[in-house]
Amino acid sequence: MNQQPDDLRELYRELILDHARSPRHFGRLENATHEAAGINPLCGDKLRLYLQVDADNCIEDTSFEGTGCAISVASASLLTDTIIGQPVDKAEAYFETITRRLTDGEPADLDEKLEKLRALDGVKEFPSRVKCATLAWHALHSALNHQEEPATTE
Amino acid sequence: MTQPQAKKSVPVVDWRKDFPILDQSVSGHPLVYLDSAASAQQPQSVIDAVARYHQEDHANVHRGVHTLSHRATEAYEGARDKIREFINASSRTEIVLTSGTTESINLVAQSFCRPRVGPGDKVLITHLEHHANIVPWQLVCEQTGAELVVAPIDDDGQLELEALRALLTDDVFILAMGHVSNALGTINPVKEIIAEARQRGIPVLIDGAQGVPHLSIDVQDLDCDFYAFSGHKMFGPTGTGVLYGRESMLDAMPPYQGGGDMILEVSFDGTIYNELPYKFEAGTPNISGVIGVGAAVDYLQSIGMKRVAASEQVLHDYMVESLSEIDGMRLIGTAGNKTSVQSFLLDDIHSHDLGTILDHQGVAIRTGHHCAMPVMTRFGISGTARASVALYNNLDDVDRLVEALRKAQQIFA
Repeated sequence: MNQQPDDLRELYRELILDHARSPRHFGRLENATHEAAGINPLCGDKLRLYLQVDADNCIEDTSFEGTGCAISVASASLLTDTIIGQPVDKAEAYFETITRRLTDGEPADLDEKLEKLRALDGVKEFPSRVKCATLAWHALHSALNHQEEPATTE
Repeated sequence: MTQPQAKKSVPVVDWRKDFPILDQSVSGHPLVYLDSAASAQQPQSVIDAVARYHQEDHANVHRGVHTLSHRATEAYEGARDKIREFINASSRTEIVLTSGTTESINLVAQSFCRPRVGPGDKVLITHLEHHANIVPWQLVCEQTGAELVVAPIDDDGQLELEALRALLTDDVFILAMGHVSNALGTINPVKEIIAEARQRGIPVLIDGAQGVPHLSIDVQDLDCDFYAFSGHKMFGPTGTGVLYGRESMLDAMPPYQGGGDMILEVSFDGTIYNELPYKFEAGTPNISGVIGVGAAVDYLQSIGMKRVAASEQVLHDYMVESLSEIDGMRLIGTAGNKTSVQSFLLDDIHSHDLGTILDHQGVAIRTGHHCAMPVMTRFGISGTARASVALYNNLDDVDRLVEALRKAQQIFA
């Protein structure tokens, strides 16, 4: 892996550090209709994602709680910002797009709603950290599919 | 910044040149390897011994009458003799070769404990243990109905000796504890505890994975019943391990696994097991790995474990002193008697982020729970950053660690 000096700044962009320090929608969601845990087996970090899906299959509200590194917390925080108010099938499509973008290295097109998530692109230079960035998204996928087992990034 | 005292006053011998892997750059910086508690690097002599075996001597052991098989057997059994001498076991029959500390402990749990314990019996461990010295006992307790009891530790990461003594009751079937904590570096007063346990008739297993690379080990002086350790933590290859077992104990135990090499005679009416230590070594072993461990023992003996320990202690103390001078540093594990390892938290930076930022500056440390989740829980944290020194580190490595941590603080400022 040939990392350049600026890679660290790319990884820890201001937007990432901001979301890590002050995560949005942090805490438990009392009226959740869907929830799922995500566990990163590498470090043991856990987060739990909550969704409140309304009758029209729209994500009316969402939140998350747990502990994690700056990358996983920021990614979860950005996720909640992204999916709130979105239809379920759109959120599921976001999961596909983001995990493909971060894991396969192919620059999947990002629609306007996902523009902010370019901030996560820095992890592509840090293979051991891709799992941190995708953890919340795997939890989202589990929550939407009502999977009982905690999501892992394995 | 004033330099900590240790750097000025005590010379550290640097064996770095013997380890070719350390002569490389990572992320454009000379590698500083501070993760030896996870796995230590190998000196050239170990790498050469393994390569020579593959190039010249490889064949199966204990089987053939041909020359290569004879040479392989000689080298493999020669390594067992070196290991025996290294830890001062009284007989080579007491040296069982395994795949690692984990298998060594599982062997004792399954062969020694499982047939003998039941409801009402207790297995005593401590809060400091690595998962490898927890889960095998949980399994045997589930299988038999025995109860797992855990001796507490204090806020410095030291065993609470009075509490441990109080737990050494007649219903304890075995005490299993680490020599040196992998997460915190605490050196436990094992000799004293072994004596007290044995006075009460309780057998003792010592998990020595982190003890053997740093301390002189004499199993007869310790008087433990079992001492388990790994080759790759003591500068040998992975997939190798040792179970020292007192001969009378091993003799009374049934085999752990069945297969070739552990038998004298097999028929469908029954099988006669081989003698010690082969009774516990089913199947073709990790021949080249064990030969590598033999070479690692030679390497350590050529330096002398007392010198290794003295030099590492200076490094360790310098590291602790240097780290504690950083603002926002929280040291986890502050026992009076420690070696090699320092766990820490810096500001509110997650250990994973620290690990990445340090790696980017060529500094390799371990981050996370270190396979010791209960220790983390005891301190109310999910993980730490952990730097661990070995004989090939030097004081400059510690300075590089500190410098890299300051950079992490800048990024998260």
